Amino acid sequence: MSTATDTHGPAVAEHDASGHVHHSPHLAHHFDSPEQQFMSAKLGMWVFLGTEILMFGGLFCAYSVYRRSHPLVFEFAADEYLSTPLGALNTIILISSSLTMAWGVRCAQLTQKAGLIVCLILTLMGACGFMVVKTIEYTRKWDEHVFVGEMFEKNPNRYIITGTTVPPKAPTSSPLPATLTPPPNVADGNAGTSDVAIIRPITAGPAGISPDYLVPPAPVAEERSPTYEQLSAADKKEVSTFFSIYFLMTGLHGIHVLVGMGLITWILIRATKNEFSSEYFTPVDLVGLYWHLVDLIWIFLFPLLYLIH
Amino acid sequence: MASSLVQSNEIPAPVADDIAAHHPAGVHAVPKRVLLGVYGLLCVFTVLTVGVSYIPLGPANIWVALFVAVIKASLVLMYFMHLRWDSPFNGVVIIAAMFFVSLFIGIAMLDNKEYQPNLEKPAAVQAVQQ
Repeated sequence: MSTATDTHGPAVAEHDASGHVHHSPHLAHHFDSPEQQFMSAKLGMWVFLGTEILMFGGLFCAYSVYRRSHPLVFEFAADEYLSTPLGALNTIILISSSLTMAWGVRCAQLTQKAGLIVCLILTLMGACGFMVVKTIEYTRKWDEHVFVGEMFEKNPNRYIITGTTVPPKAPTSSPLPATLTPPPNVADGNAGTSDVAIIRPITAGPAGISPDYLVPPAPVAEERSPTYEQLSAADKKEVSTFFSIYFLMTGLHGIHVLVGMGLITWILIRATKNEFSSEYFTPVDLVGLYWHLVDLIWIFLFPLLYLIH
Repeated sequence: MASSLVQSNEIPAPVADDIAAHHPAGVHAVPKRVLLGVYGLLCVFTVLTVGVSYIPLGPANIWVALFVAVIKASLVLMYFMHLRWDSPFNGVVIIAAMFFVSLFIGIAMLDNKEYQPNLEKPAAVQAVQQ
């Protein structure tokens, strides 16, 4: 103890009223001072957050390139399949949980144990709420046979259903009209229900040399988003790519939310054990930074995916 | 910030409820009204960006949405994530990451339209293949 005082000077140790030298129990030996230790931990966290942004950057790049080359696909798919109210609800939920997290960090800094615990529980509830809304959205898409990659193309009839109203269920025994037989080899849980009645036929592209080859499809003159029929044949093929991008971006973000829920639970358990105070709150602060980054990414995901009208 | 974080004998026993300035021990707690104000602004901007998205502005829609998102992100970074009171180096790290992401996307977008015809089969070929 005395040698440490000699080599590091007063920064490492303090003299209390009785003249004894004492270290912080949280100070690792390779740091000069608790403040330096805190700053180092925080810088490390910021570098990690930087790599997180770079990781999501790849997906944002895929989004940008694809949206620029297929604007109509985005207008059709986002307007038809993504629910703006649910997305906005999730935005508000995540912003609110960010507020409670920031408030929790404040409570930890001021050694307000009860406040910290309440804030962490509220943050956890916000995270759960976000995942519940996400589950509702994903389930709805799964029911409509909308998922990443090939699955979308194997059910081409599925993505022509318009509107959100569910048609009344016909008795399963009723025979289908011959012209409306569902495609073979499609495992369809809804086979026999009357939703086939509103399926519109796919219009095949013209054979031979197509003007599509030379000029890009003309943008739709109307202000509203294009319907499926208004997409070019090439664009129809690309609708599934939109959902690949959508599921990868929101899915990676959702995984981050799940990880954040685990971290907040860990902090919550430690908070109940009285481990944090104005002397030591580094884990609370760093988990808070992580949680705000999750919020930050959603702030960009929401307008880019849900607000295409 | 010169003194260390952990100086229990320097922390006044009853901590004021709404500390705005630097804590004597180097702890900066964000005032409650700042937290609530930022939260209110974030909610207002969320409503704003949803509302604007329904106004047809053509290509400007995406830029308005991105502009609002950048403002919201700055609010979160500055106040919720303490960057305003933090070591500037932390801000440099995160701004560098964002800069390189935009550089990445920007360069990828430069020739985006040029190679599209080579990536996509024309509609006629697709129709024959179906």
